[in-house]
Amino acid sequence: MGKTLFDKIWDSHVITDLGNGFVLLHIDRLLLHDMSGGKALKEAIDKGYPPAQPRLIYGTPDHTMSTQPGRTEKTHPPGEPLILSMRETTRAYGIKLFDLGQDGQGIVHVMGPEQGLTLPGTTLVCGDSHTSTHGGMGSLAFGIGSSELVHVIATQTMVQRKPRRLRASFEGKLMPGVTAKDMILHLIGELGTAAGTGYSVEYAGSAVRALPIEARLTLCNLTIEMGARTGMVAPDDTTYEYLNGRDYAPKGAMWDRAVAHWRTLPSDPDAEFDREHTVDMKNVAPQITWGTSPEHVIAVDRAIPDPSTGPEEKRGAWEAALKYQGLEPGKPIEGTKVDWVFIGSCTNSRISDLRAAATIVKGRQKADHVTAWVVPGSVRIKQEAEAEGLDRVFLDAGFEWREPGCSMCLASNGERVPPGKRSVSTSNRNFVGRQGPGARTHLASPAMAAAAAIKGAIADVRKIG
Amino acid sequence: MDKFTKVTGVATPLMRQNVDTDLIIRIERLVDNVTREGLGPYCFEQIRFRPDGSEDPDCIFNQQPYRDAPIILSRENFGCGSSREGAVWALKGMGIRAVIAPYFGDIFNNNCFQNGLLPVALPIHEIEQLADEMTASPGNARVTIDLENCQVVSPTGRTIPFQIDARRQHAMLNGLDDIAQTLSHKDEIAAWQTQDKTVRPWVWL
Repeated sequence: MGKTLFDKIWDSHVITDLGNGFVLLHIDRLLLHDMSGGKALKEAIDKGYPPAQPRLIYGTPDHTMSTQPGRTEKTHPPGEPLILSMRETTRAYGIKLFDLGQDGQGIVHVMGPEQGLTLPGTTLVCGDSHTSTHGGMGSLAFGIGSSELVHVIATQTMVQRKPRRLRASFEGKLMPGVTAKDMILHLIGELGTAAGTGYSVEYAGSAVRALPIEARLTLCNLTIEMGARTGMVAPDDTTYEYLNGRDYAPKGAMWDRAVAHWRTLPSDPDAEFDREHTVDMKNVAPQITWGTSPEHVIAVDRAIPDPSTGPEEKRGAWEAALKYQGLEPGKPIEGTKVDWVFIGSCTNSRISDLRAAATIVKGRQKADHVTAWVVPGSVRIKQEAEAEGLDRVFLDAGFEWREPGCSMCLASNGERVPPGKRSVSTSNRNFVGRQGPGARTHLASPAMAAAAAIKGAIADVRKIG
Repeated sequence: MDKFTKVTGVATPLMRQNVDTDLIIRIERLVDNVTREGLGPYCFEQIRFRPDGSEDPDCIFNQQPYRDAPIILSRENFGCGSSREGAVWALKGMGIRAVIAPYFGDIFNNNCFQNGLLPVALPIHEIEQLADEMTASPGNARVTIDLENCQVVSPTGRTIPFQIDARRQHAMLNGLDDIAQTLSHKDEIAAWQTQDKTVRPWVWL
């Protein structure tokens, strides 16, 4: 029987079998960010375990600093000790840090692929659940906790149990207004937030093969929102074209050798998956979440669900979600007044995302009552966008154009949606209080978020020319 | 790591699905200079406290006999969402020793085993019955979780078996240090790396 992409990478990284289903797995890349990076390095060192392979570790601050124009680590004082600690510990062990104000800094899941640090066929971990993003490059990537971080720093390995395999195939062509964000939100809506628990996911099918890399990164980013730690797309020519020439990608003869190896990675035709699910792209429309879980999602032209007609076991959760969100069941979601728009995060802050949003915004004005932010995912993306004039498009429309970071996706840097205010956000979680205590979040694609800013309400991007 | 062998105490029925780690601990508490042990007062703050900072009397954690309960009963997918280990530290800081749910977020589940907090997976009908037994007899009902024998004893004395990986059970019962165990394989790690440098030299920057 053939092997899946996941099995090929997993099996080739097993150092030893520990019994009872556990193996010792080699980790090729550890990415650190400021929330946990400096603390984990310090804890490892204090315990007598200096980094085993400092050249396989890379860091960048993204979570705790302000994204205000002209910011430094001092602009949001609570984050400063974390950034200083990361700077100090990485320097002490020769770990490459893409620091604030430097080329390469950005949201860790944006800058990794951008720099060519994320390579097909590698195992990659980071102390962040959205590490699944890197799977868009064909990397077996997953998020880990702080203690596991210390373990990787100390040993460059992890003790792991092999998950089961789920293949989600998207077949057909993307309909107008539909993006990778809509594909993955639609899938989570179909399968629920726990379908992937205990699984690794491979995204496949004609629609996925046609996606550019940045869209594949978005697709894999939300894998954790259906419960799976890792989601991947098999590497192909699209991957190699994206990667070729990037700073940390192999060069010359080594590049050819690497590509030859990567071409062996895709799942064999007779590989078996524990679960298969197919989505017909004809059924995927632009999505928007209505509740407080990513599975609370509908097509933008649908009505807000009525708990009394929903599945019995979900009624309580739906009622609580509608109450928190201040929404009435049965009413169209389109037209719901919006106060904030956030375009950014490791899900949707790449240059293609900003271009998609700018296409909607160009020549228009945001609604007066809306506060709209654009937070590019990295220094390079910000520069690229400015070279194309995208910053002017947003600024002229009344949006704020900010510095790279996680910002209002999780509000760990004090940048919050105020209590009771409604936000359309290109991020990944609509949990209670995620964007700030009492904040009401609706997840959507960059174009949908831009449309909401212009209309001042949840809007169907297909109706805006 | 802290050992876990057995716990007996009140179990709080927090009977909702998808209790995410953002709800368990707000991210800014992990940015602020709060120690791991000091996170307890912030655990579940969004449901324990009202916007003005006062306790919400409707929240079960603020009601007797649940105030100091060491066990939480919950529905599917407890601990989903963010990888923040602070969620486990906050639960421990609030005095929680074990959580019983049908299943857990994968990363949260792993984080529990790094900190001596036991996630126990039971079928939902068993958890609902435990919750009923707790609320039917508030005050003197107790649940016991026995890791050595992998069983939960309900307030009425029913014995419910649960499953756990043998490796994790052993580590938890003995409070083993993962890193020391892994480093006992350091020669195998080095051999794998030497071999990999010839197979995939481009990975080794």
